[in-house]
Amino acid sequence: MANLTINGKTFTLDVEPDTPLLWAIRENAGLTGTKYGCGIAQCGACTVHIDGVATRSCGVSVSEAAGKKITTIEGLASGNTLHKVQEAWIAQDVPQCGYCQSGMIMAVAALLTEKPKPTDADIDEAITNICRCGTFQQVREAIHTIASA
Amino acid sequence: MNKHVSPRMNRRAFVIGTAAVGAGLAIGLDIPFGGPAVVRAADGSPEIGAWVVVRPDDTVVIRIARSEMGQGSLTGLAQLVAEELECDWSKVSTEYPTPGQSVARKRVWGDFSTGGSRGIRSSQDYVRKGGATARVMLIQAAAEAWKVPASECTAANSVITHTPSGKTTTYGKVAEAAAKLTPPTDVKLKDPKDWKLIGKGVKRLDTAEKTTGTMIYGIDVKLPGMLNAAIKDCPVFGGKVKSFDEAKITGMKGVKKVVKVGDTAVAVVADTWWHAKTALEALPIVWDEGDNAKVSSESIAKWLTEGLANEQPAYVGNKNGDAKAAIASAAKKIEAVYSYPYQNHATMEPMNATAVYTADKCEVWCGTQNGEAAFAATLEASGLPAEKCDVHKVMPGGGFGRRGQTDYVRQAVLIAKEMPGTPIKLLWSREEDMAHGRYHPITQCKMTGAFDADNNLVALHYRLSGQSILFSLRPEALQNGMDPAAFQGVAQSGEAAFGYSVPNLLVEHAMRNPHVPPGFWRGVNVNHNAIYMECFMDELAQAAGQDPLEFRRKLMGNHPKHLAVLNAVAEKIGWSTPAPQGIYRGIAQVMGYGSYVAGAAEISVTDGNKIKVHRIVASTDPGYVVNPAQVERQIAGSFVYGLSALFYGGCTVKDGRIEQSNFDTYNSMRINEMPKVESVMVPSGGFWGGVGEPTIGVAAPAVLNAYFAATGKRIRSVPLRDQNITFA
Ligand code: FES
Ligand code: FES
Repeated sequence: MANLTINGKTFTLDVEPDTPLLWAIRENAGLTGTKYGCGIAQCGACTVHIDGVATRSCGVSVSEAAGKKITTIEGLASGNTLHKVQEAWIAQDVPQCGYCQSGMIMAVAALLTEKPKPTDADIDEAITNICRCGTFQQVREAIHTIASA
Repeated sequence: MNKHVSPRMNRRAFVIGTAAVGAGLAIGLDIPFGGPAVVRAADGSPEIGAWVVVRPDDTVVIRIARSEMGQGSLTGLAQLVAEELECDWSKVSTEYPTPGQSVARKRVWGDFSTGGSRGIRSSQDYVRKGGATARVMLIQAAAEAWKVPASECTAANSVITHTPSGKTTTYGKVAEAAAKLTPPTDVKLKDPKDWKLIGKGVKRLDTAEKTTGTMIYGIDVKLPGMLNAAIKDCPVFGGKVKSFDEAKITGMKGVKKVVKVGDTAVAVVADTWWHAKTALEALPIVWDEGDNAKVSSESIAKWLTEGLANEQPAYVGNKNGDAKAAIASAAKKIEAVYSYPYQNHATMEPMNATAVYTADKCEVWCGTQNGEAAFAATLEASGLPAEKCDVHKVMPGGGFGRRGQTDYVRQAVLIAKEMPGTPIKLLWSREEDMAHGRYHPITQCKMTGAFDADNNLVALHYRLSGQSILFSLRPEALQNGMDPAAFQGVAQSGEAAFGYSVPNLLVEHAMRNPHVPPGFWRGVNVNHNAIYMECFMDELAQAAGQDPLEFRRKLMGNHPKHLAVLNAVAEKIGWSTPAPQGIYRGIAQVMGYGSYVAGAAEISVTDGNKIKVHRIVASTDPGYVVNPAQVERQIAGSFVYGLSALFYGGCTVKDGRIEQSNFDTYNSMRINEMPKVESVMVPSGGFWGGVGEPTIGVAAPAVLNAYFAATGKRIRSVPLRDQNITFA
């Protein structure tokens, strides 16, 4: 059993403490917006915020995440108002297949909280997610659009 | 229909299916109670021909048979239909007919297969006719209601206007009446110059859900009572399961069943996938690896190298003059051997499928590039007839050719068959996905070029040795044992024609098929052929003491479309002016999938082995550009895919199995490594070429040629990581 606070809601989940947070979120809490890509913290598809910090949830156990504030892609918008990153992603048609984009958006949202006007170098350093479709150009342009708004 | 429906693409069926479009509203359907012959969508709205459903509120649903996998074809195909339909684009949505529905209606939606950059170019004609047919019927219905000639009415933006009287109505209002009309058989399509929506970079129709986590991919499918399966197939291709010790894991949390899948794999079914995967890793499995366990990258390379020797048999793919004689008597000749490795598709979402089986019905939910092939696999694995099966396509997290295969569908059905009535979601781990790809084929190429005393290229011998994809996946497409697709990009004519005129030319292929299963990997045979040819073109230019662009231009006089894209790229990158200090340029061109493409790169190199790519320019002439915004994204994406393979890719074989296991050993480019791709679209009209793949062909050679310009070193094998070359 583990108590997790995800998107402001408390979930009491029947999982072993060493279960990766990713799978507890997807399978036990039923929030499938967070994706599995590698399971070894390489690709970023599973990125969520833990206490506001972009974190690869496949590399964090449920016991480590307990008691912390977890935000997934489903919890990024406030009510019906999309987060500015989601809005920019729609306005600039960033996703191709879209599978990496939950993680990409969560990573970018965290970057913009920390650095509202990131330089290209900041983006290069902070955004290390894999996108096999190759949306990097649109990702970069959308970040700059948000930053200059 | 029965379960012996051929899983292969059937050209004849394709033609018949195409011809059937617009031929009737009620094809293959029973009309209960003798009512009007109207086919209705699930919500009761009438179909106006098979491609279009119009709802009373004027919203339009456009049927899409091909698969969206990120490449944007869903939106592009809808644009094609909507252009002719003259509907309000803001009210358009799309839906996939299922393969089962298609079979029941005599393939009214034609071919579902989405590969070979074919999504739009192979269906553009009949989907536009589908839109035009519906428009004519809607206008006819309005005209009949008004008792005026249809010729006095026009349609735009879902509004029909009777021009003399100024009366108007909307599509939604006349849809019911239109659906009862006999469809016209000879609709006329618009002249391309009158297109309003085709050619516009309208927004994709499927973006919003991809930003909120609500898009359902195969991995996200949930069905009541569903269990999850993890699978391990014999790591040595062709090997079998000898035994496994089920007792070791039966007590583990959540485990429900251990299933042998065919002869080669074992799956664990559990309440959650995490439990299934954890138990599978603890399950002792003994494999019968067979002789393939002796194969290694070294043994494959040796076998392929043997195929480069002239004495070995080879198939001729393109020829003129007498290249061997001309080389023998030439004033000067140069020779080089190149190689290209296996590559995994590594779609962002690993393979998966969900299946539920009972003796009466088998249904599958999966991402697939070919709904009909997935359907055929479902019939075969379930043993049920077509009318008892169906496949529901969900969004795939990438395809790139991998999801044209149906191995994962077959596995899911076989597992579900062991637990009738229980939906089973089979998900491969990334490690399983790396171990059981359908890999970009492995090849080597020996090229010999010969010059006369004035440094004119008089002969070229291009000898390819290696794997044939068709041999493994579509043997019926071989021609007298020869694989014509092996010559993509260096072919005599057709959609992947060679762009140079050489007086004495010999292009041939010595087929060598190792046991590693090949597949259609974005760009397919264009990838290695473009690297080999375009890098060697640079070597030839250097040997002749000429500028690489000028050297090419001289050979391209008879290939104006190839030349036009090359010139477009040269102009954009500023080839005629010196590159900035420390920056070096490379250029390449090729034709593939009916499109002419070229690319140029500007790079700098530090310490001889750290590459920074500063600029990429890419040009394409696909005939027509349906959605320039999406074409731009496909071009940029193809460079990310192609350069990831060049720098980080390469799958090696040891003890008969693939050595790479995840993104730590099979890396992919990140944002910091990728510059903006400046695309130059020069659609010349009159033909329809593909978009998703062609430009990948020029990605690697443009960078490799720039690397030579920077360092004087030729790189003749991929990936660069094996030569200690990486991104700066
Ligand atoms: S799934 Fe967590 S980083 Fe790839
Ligand atoms: S959009 Fe497909 S992997 Fe990023």
